[in-house]
Amino acid sequence: MSIDLSQFFEVFFEESFEGLDVMEAELLNLRPGEEDSETINTIFRAAHSIKGGSGTFGFTSVSDFTHVLETLLDQIRDGRRKLTSEHINLLLQSVDCLRAMLSALQNQSEPDASESQKLKAQFERILGLSSSEEQASATAQAAPEKQTYQIDFKPHAHLFKTGNEPLYMIGELAELGDLDIEVFTDAIPVFDEFNPEDCYLAWRFFLTTSSPTTAIDEIFEWVEDDADISVTLCGGLFEDEAEESIASSPEVENAKPSVKPTPEVVTAAAEKPLAKANAAVAEAKKSQDNASTSIRVGIDKVDSLINMVGELVITQAMLSQLGEQDMTESTVAALQEGLAQLAHNTRDLQESVMRIRMLPISFVFSRFPRLVRDISQKLNKQVELKLLGEQTELDKTVMEKISDPMVHLVRNSLDHGIETPEQRIAAGKDPVGTLTLNAFHQGGNIVIEIMDDGQGLNTEKIKQKAIANGLITEDDELSQEEVNELIFMPGFSTADAVSDISGRGVGMDVVRRNIQALNGSVEVSSARGVGSTFTIRLPLTLAILDGQLVQVAEHTYIIPLISIVESLQIDVKKVSRVGKNLDVLRLRDEYIPILRLYDIFNHDGAIEALDKSLLVVVESDNQKVGLLVDDLLAQQQVVIKSLEANYKRVDGISGATILGDGRVSLIIDISGLVKLSGLRKPGSQELIIEQNAEAVS
Amino acid sequence: MQTGTALQSEFNQRLGLGEDHDEKQYLTFLMAGEEYGVDILSVQEIRGWTSATAIPNAPDFVKGAINLRGTIVPIIDLRLRFGIDPIAYGPLTVVIVVAVEFKEQTKTMGIVVDGVSDVYSISEEKAKDVPDFQESSSSQYVDGLVNVGEKMVVLLNLQKTLQI
Repeated sequence: MSIDLSQFFEVFFEESFEGLDVMEAELLNLRPGEEDSETINTIFRAAHSIKGGSGTFGFTSVSDFTHVLETLLDQIRDGRRKLTSEHINLLLQSVDCLRAMLSALQNQSEPDASESQKLKAQFERILGLSSSEEQASATAQAAPEKQTYQIDFKPHAHLFKTGNEPLYMIGELAELGDLDIEVFTDAIPVFDEFNPEDCYLAWRFFLTTSSPTTAIDEIFEWVEDDADISVTLCGGLFEDEAEESIASSPEVENAKPSVKPTPEVVTAAAEKPLAKANAAVAEAKKSQDNASTSIRVGIDKVDSLINMVGELVITQAMLSQLGEQDMTESTVAALQEGLAQLAHNTRDLQESVMRIRMLPISFVFSRFPRLVRDISQKLNKQVELKLLGEQTELDKTVMEKISDPMVHLVRNSLDHGIETPEQRIAAGKDPVGTLTLNAFHQGGNIVIEIMDDGQGLNTEKIKQKAIANGLITEDDELSQEEVNELIFMPGFSTADAVSDISGRGVGMDVVRRNIQALNGSVEVSSARGVGSTFTIRLPLTLAILDGQLVQVAEHTYIIPLISIVESLQIDVKKVSRVGKNLDVLRLRDEYIPILRLYDIFNHDGAIEALDKSLLVVVESDNQKVGLLVDDLLAQQQVVIKSLEANYKRVDGISGATILGDGRVSLIIDISGLVKLSGLRKPGSQELIIEQNAEAVS
Repeated sequence: MQTGTALQSEFNQRLGLGEDHDEKQYLTFLMAGEEYGVDILSVQEIRGWTSATAIPNAPDFVKGAINLRGTIVPIIDLRLRFGIDPIAYGPLTVVIVVAVEFKEQTKTMGIVVDGVSDVYSISEEKAKDVPDFQESSSSQYVDGLVNVGEKMVVLLNLQKTLQI
C-alpha cells in the first residue's frame, strides 16, 4: 500500500504555518508567572499537530524537534515547571526555527539542522535529567544505524506495458539514502530484433540507508510480479562488501560500484534524473515566488456565492424561455425586466467574488507583535503595541504588497520615533511608549495609520540634512508639511548611526514608491515631542475601479472616479495664460493648471477651444489639476487589465480595460500624467506654475 | 528500409541524441511582395484586422491594443516596423498573434501583415546568414535567408522584431 502522500504536503505545510502563527501569537500573550492554562494548551495543541503531521509525512527532523518542545510545554502545563521569560524566548526562537525548517522542506531542500540542534540542546538542558530517557530515545531515533542493502532488480520484458517506469523507482531509492547503481546491458539484442517497448535492462543497487527494509519493499511493491527482485542485507562496511560481491559476479560490466557510464543507454538514463533534479529546483524556485497561492474563504462567503449563482441560473432560464416565445409587447417588457434582473445578479455575483479575495488585515497585523517585541528588546526600549481595526478587510494582493512597507514604517517608528525609557522619563512621559496600528475604511479606500507617541520628526535636523544632501537650499522657505515630505526623498536618512534596524536612507522613498505602485499614497504628520503618524491610503482592490469614461478626439479614456473632484465647463474669462503655453483656471480660491489630454497623448482631432470642451478637475498627491476632455461619457465599474503584461509601461496610463462593446480603453494614471506633462519638477511635490516647461507641448 | 530509419530516428529522439536533420516548421506571410517566415510554434492564431485602441505616445508601428478574449494584446504593423510604405488595411489584412519569449516574460502580440502564405519545413542549417549591410537597419530583425524551391524566405527573429 503506498498512497502518494505528497498530494497532502501543501495542506500540511499550510496548516503547520498557521499553527506556528498561532503559537507565536499565544507566546507573545504569555507573561512569566501569570501563565494561563488555556494559552499554554493552545500552544501545546499547535505544536502537537505539527509534530503529528510531520511524523506522518516522514519529516523526522521536524517531529523530533517538536517533541522536545512539547515535553517542556507539557511540564509547564502540568505545573511541574514554572514558566520563565527564558522559556518564552526559547520557544519563540523554536517557532522561527520550525518555520525555517518547514519552508526548507516545502521547497524540497534539506532543512538546516544546526539551528535546531542548538535549540534542542538548550531545551534538553532546561529539561535536565528528568528527560534523559526521552533524550536517549530521541537521539536513537534521529540517527539509527545505517545499513547497506544489495538489491537486484531484473524486470521482465513486459515491464513498460504494465505502466511502470524503473526510473521513478530508482529515484525513490535514491531518496532513501546513498545509492550506487550498476546496470546490466547484456540482454539488449541486436538492433533488428530490438523492440522499443520491451525492457532489456537489469540493475543492481547498493543502497546505504537508515530506512528499514520495508521502505525498499514498498518501492518495488507494484512490480513484484513483473520482475525478479531480491533485497539482501550486506552488513558490515559498505566498501568491502561491494567489492567482494562484484568480484563474485563476473557479469558486471563496471568494476567499481560508482557508475561509470560507458554504454550510451546508461548515459541517457543518468541524464534523466539530472533533468528531473533541475526541474525540481526550478519548481522550488517557483513555489518560493508565489508563496501563498491559496486562500481560506469563510463558508458564509461561499454560501452566498452559491445562492447568487442559483439566482443567475433562474434568470437565465427565464430569459431563454422568453426567447422561445413570439415577440409581443408584453414579452418585450418581460424581457427588459429579465435583463434588469440579470444585470442585478451579475453585479451581486461580481461583488461576492471580489469579497472572496478580501481578507481581514489582521493577517498583516499579526506579524507585528513579534517584530515590535524583538526590536524593542534589541533597542532597550519599552513599547506597547495597540492594534485597532484588525477586522478591516482588504484585497489579498494589496495585503501582500503592503506588508513590507508597513514593516519598514514600524521599524522606523521604533528606531527613530519612540525614545528610550530614560529620555521619556526626562521628557515627562510614560516610560512605556505606545505604537498604534489602526486600519479603517474611508470611501473606497482603506486607511492604515501607524502612530507613535515618540519624539516626532525633528524639523530642524531634516532641513539641515536636506541642505547637506542638496535637496533644498538654505533660502527655501518650507512649510511643516513640505519638510515632512522630505523624508520620502531618495537617499534621505537622519539617523546619526546606521543601525541594522533602519537608517540606511534607502527606506522611505522605497516605501512611498511601493505604496504608489498600489495606487495608494503615504503621508506623515508629526508634532515635536508628541509623536508622529504615518497614514497609508490604499484602494480596496486592485482589480476593479469605478471609472469615468471621457472622450478625447475619437478615443475613450477612463479616469478613476476616486480622484475626480468635479467636472465643469470652463469660463474663459477666468483663464489666464502662464508662461508659454500653460493655461491656469481660477476656480474659487484656487488656481488649477489645465492639462490638455489630446496634447499630452498626442491625439489629433480633439476640440481645442477651452469654452467648447470640458474640464475634469482631479486631485493627485494633494494637488489639483484640470484635464481637458472633449466630452464626459458614462460612469461604470471597470475591470483593470494589465497593459504591461504584453506591451510595456506607458507613462500616464495605469492599465487598460475592456468596455461593454469589447473595445479596449485605457485608464489614466493621474500622477503619472502630471509627471508626463512636465508640470512637476522631478522629485518635487510643487507644481511649476511660474516656470512651466516646454515639455507640455 | 524505411521502417528501420524511422525506428532509428525515434530511438535517437528517445535517448535525447537529437535528429540528424532537425527541421523546423515556419509559417510564412507576405509583405510588399516578400515572403517572411516565423517559427510556427510561436504562432497562437491568425485573425482578421479589427480596429485597435491607440496607445498614447507609442511609436508609429504600434497600431494600438486589442481585446483578445479578455487579454490586452498590442498590435504591431510590420510594414512600418521595417520602414516599408504602409498600405490601407483591407478585408485581407491579417493579424498573426504570436507568443514571444522575452528575457523576463512571454508576451502575446499581434503583427499586421499583408497576407498569410504557407507552412514550410526548413532545416536551420540551410538558412544562410543575412549579408551584412551596415546601412540596412532592418537586417538586425532577420535570423537568416532560405530558399524554398524558387522562392526566398526571410526568417524573422521575433524577439528582436517585437522588442519595443
